[in-house]
Amino acid sequence: MVSWRKIMVLLFGLPHAFQAAAGDDVTMYRLDNGMDVVVVEDHRAPVAIHMVWYRVGSADEPPGKSGIAHFLEHLMFKGTDELEPGEFSLKVAKTGGTDNAFTSYDYTTYIQRVATEHLESMMRMESDRMVNLVIDKDLVDIERNVVLEERNQRVENNPSALYHEQHMAAQYLNHPYGIPIIGWRREILRIDIDDLRKFYDTHYAPNNATLVVVGDVDPEEIYGLARKYYGEIPARQVPERGRPLEPGHLAARKLEFGDDRIAQPYLTRSYLVPERDSGDQKTAAALTLLAEVLGGGTTSILNQKLQFDTRTALYAGSYYRGLSLDETTFFITVVPTRETTLEEAEASMDEVLSDFLQNGIDDNHLERVKRQIRASEIYARDSIRGIANRYGRALSSGLTVSDVQAWPDILQSITEKEIMAAAKTVFAGKNSVTGYIMASEGAK
Amino acid sequence: MIRVLVSIFLVFASLSARAEISISEVNTPGGIGAWLVEDHSLPFVALEIRFRGGASLDPVGRRGATHMMVGLLEEGAGDMDAQAFASAVDDLAANFEYDVNNDSISISARFLTENRDKAVSLLRESITAPRFDEDAMERVRAQISSIINSDLSDPEEAAWHSFSEMVYGSHPYGSPIEGDLPTLQSLNRDDLISAHNAALARDRVYVGAVGDIGTVELAKLLDALLGDLPEKGGPLPAAASPNLTGDTIVREFDTPQSVAYFAQPGIHRDHPDFFAAFILAHIIGDPGLESVLMREVRVKRGLTYSIYSYLANQDLAEIWIGTTSSANDRVAEAVDVIRAEWERISREGVTREQFDAAVTYLTGAYPLRFDGNGRIANIVVGMQMDDLPLDYISTRNDKIRAVTLKDVNNVAKELLDPDSLTFVVTGKPAGLELSTD
Repeated sequence: MVSWRKIMVLLFGLPHAFQAAAGDDVTMYRLDNGMDVVVVEDHRAPVAIHMVWYRVGSADEPPGKSGIAHFLEHLMFKGTDELEPGEFSLKVAKTGGTDNAFTSYDYTTYIQRVATEHLESMMRMESDRMVNLVIDKDLVDIERNVVLEERNQRVENNPSALYHEQHMAAQYLNHPYGIPIIGWRREILRIDIDDLRKFYDTHYAPNNATLVVVGDVDPEEIYGLARKYYGEIPARQVPERGRPLEPGHLAARKLEFGDDRIAQPYLTRSYLVPERDSGDQKTAAALTLLAEVLGGGTTSILNQKLQFDTRTALYAGSYYRGLSLDETTFFITVVPTRETTLEEAEASMDEVLSDFLQNGIDDNHLERVKRQIRASEIYARDSIRGIANRYGRALSSGLTVSDVQAWPDILQSITEKEIMAAAKTVFAGKNSVTGYIMASEGAK
Repeated sequence: MIRVLVSIFLVFASLSARAEISISEVNTPGGIGAWLVEDHSLPFVALEIRFRGGASLDPVGRRGATHMMVGLLEEGAGDMDAQAFASAVDDLAANFEYDVNNDSISISARFLTENRDKAVSLLRESITAPRFDEDAMERVRAQISSIINSDLSDPEEAAWHSFSEMVYGSHPYGSPIEGDLPTLQSLNRDDLISAHNAALARDRVYVGAVGDIGTVELAKLLDALLGDLPEKGGPLPAAASPNLTGDTIVREFDTPQSVAYFAQPGIHRDHPDFFAAFILAHIIGDPGLESVLMREVRVKRGLTYSIYSYLANQDLAEIWIGTTSSANDRVAEAVDVIRAEWERISREGVTREQFDAAVTYLTGAYPLRFDGNGRIANIVVGMQMDDLPLDYISTRNDKIRAVTLKDVNNVAKELLDPDSLTFVVTGKPAGLELSTD
């Protein structure tokens, strides 16, 4: 197998991760103002990750202002009452640390990776920009161009990403997951300084954030520092995250996308499926295992049938995004061989799915997948950043620390019957979107 | 044999006031050298194996043979076909990755303590006894063919390929490691066997291991894993002579954002000015928001989202390389700004403030790298390939601190060469002043 990582990243965003947690040394506090603090100890190196997760993402944007959550994330580096534009990153770099931020559908995250002794100054600066951000008109105009170039780089110059926007827009009829995180170009152009100011004032508050610190730290000490810096900031009224709901999907959709920059045609289909919910993660666990059994690597059913038996595909994969505040997606992708048309590839894929619903899962196969999940929990503990992301994402997606810790056992408890029940529900629905991605001349 | 003879040399490297890391140099009875960092806190081992040479070993007219060979290592070995091998790896929940670039083949393995021996014997089969079955060859050939086609029409890849071809011409560095379609179609089983013999040999192997294993166990493991490989591999190609004329060259490509690569000659790791140049390169082109290029091109003017440059020290060439991307109607301005900064710094040098900030960052960031088994295994195998001594970890920051502002500004004057700074721009750039084509 040659490296398909590039395609995996294009199609699914991230390589497979089970997001399991076992044996983490976790302490959790809640400050008086409502801000949650999660500390995970890992004393192998004198390093710590400091992250603040705001429970606001692109799916919380007002209509017509797509991209504002991400735009604001850029401006968070542009100075406060205390710090000059750019000074935040400069100060982090002066400690030998690195800083960054990212925006998703459900959260916006600010991160620094520093030597443990610099944690206090990170908290001082991060708590400062939670409330004291200065937004300057000229800087907004320059940064808008940076955001547009980011969109050019990630989306306009990447036909698979361009298609993915169209796909998600078709998948979600009403819910904002159908709008790209980076925003539609025309709307990015229209966001003004008042919009940004209002978005910041509405969503950036301690009671709408989680602090996650992972590394060579003492939880008591972190709690003390968190109280000193974040605890001082008064709580504020933050709007409920009531988002538009998906109506019933009565018609499966088919898309054809042509772009001359696509040299290798492929097929992708998504279904609307449940996400992980607090205290109720069994269906999500079944879907996680389903994605592995069907399309997780060479030994998965789709690859066995399509790559090896019928030899109609170069590659096949499936991916389930379980961590999500609202209804999420289950993707299947097939890259056909040169001799196979997209129509034939889709027919082969459907045949595999219907055989699968008939025949179920081989016991050994399921056992092997579960063993891999157990091992991945050990491998995952090697990265403090991975650990920090696991808790931060979960707590920003409506889950609790107990949910995160219960997850490995829930995954192991899932039976073949539960996976097959989940599969039957998913594949019977009319909520799917199937896309053919090809060069322009191929598009009908 | 009543005992395994292993020579072990242990160094405690001080990373900072608070941290140290102990590295054992293990020399096995079979003649394999490895660096080990023992850490028993998690029940697994991260093993990083490198073979120097990589895709540059491809014989003339057989470009792509090494890449295809590496792609087939996990597609059937010993008495297992591709599917049997994949199931066996999954059964053990081990994790093997095989990769290749122009300078090396890398094999990265993670395996659990509970089934270490089984995992190692599987890994061994793939390294020493790949089958190169007909059906596996055709499957992988089709996958590579798809990658070659996709790269031709992907702006980022097309830009990289245009740049490499322009700078390195007919040297192996000048063409994609996958080869072109006609050559790929012509590769046969003998080519793969030759590529395997040339590339995977004991005279060019480097090993970094981190995790739940001791020195004696590691020595045994490595002799079992690599002992059957041939002693000597194929000859390494000659060094490349990068063609850096100072021109701006455009490769027409229908896409909204142009991708630019730029480069000038670099500096060898062993050169006395290397550390001064390294600091200068950080000040100019670090990917963080503080570098000169980031400030001038992105922060002040909003011409790009991403820009960085660095000293690229490959085995067969040293260049100072950078990249950015900018909308077709704005890339000309980005190129002008980069050229102007290159010229300005070669004239004026950098400030005391920039220099101090760079030294503080570089010395502060170094100890933070040693975090996690996988990361540390990568670092220690890389150090061996760069021919650095075991105690380099403790002395590296002193080498940075020994550099003065004057040293850096001398290097700026002598090494920074605006006249050789060459741009290859892929896209549909407007208003770009071309030196030649």
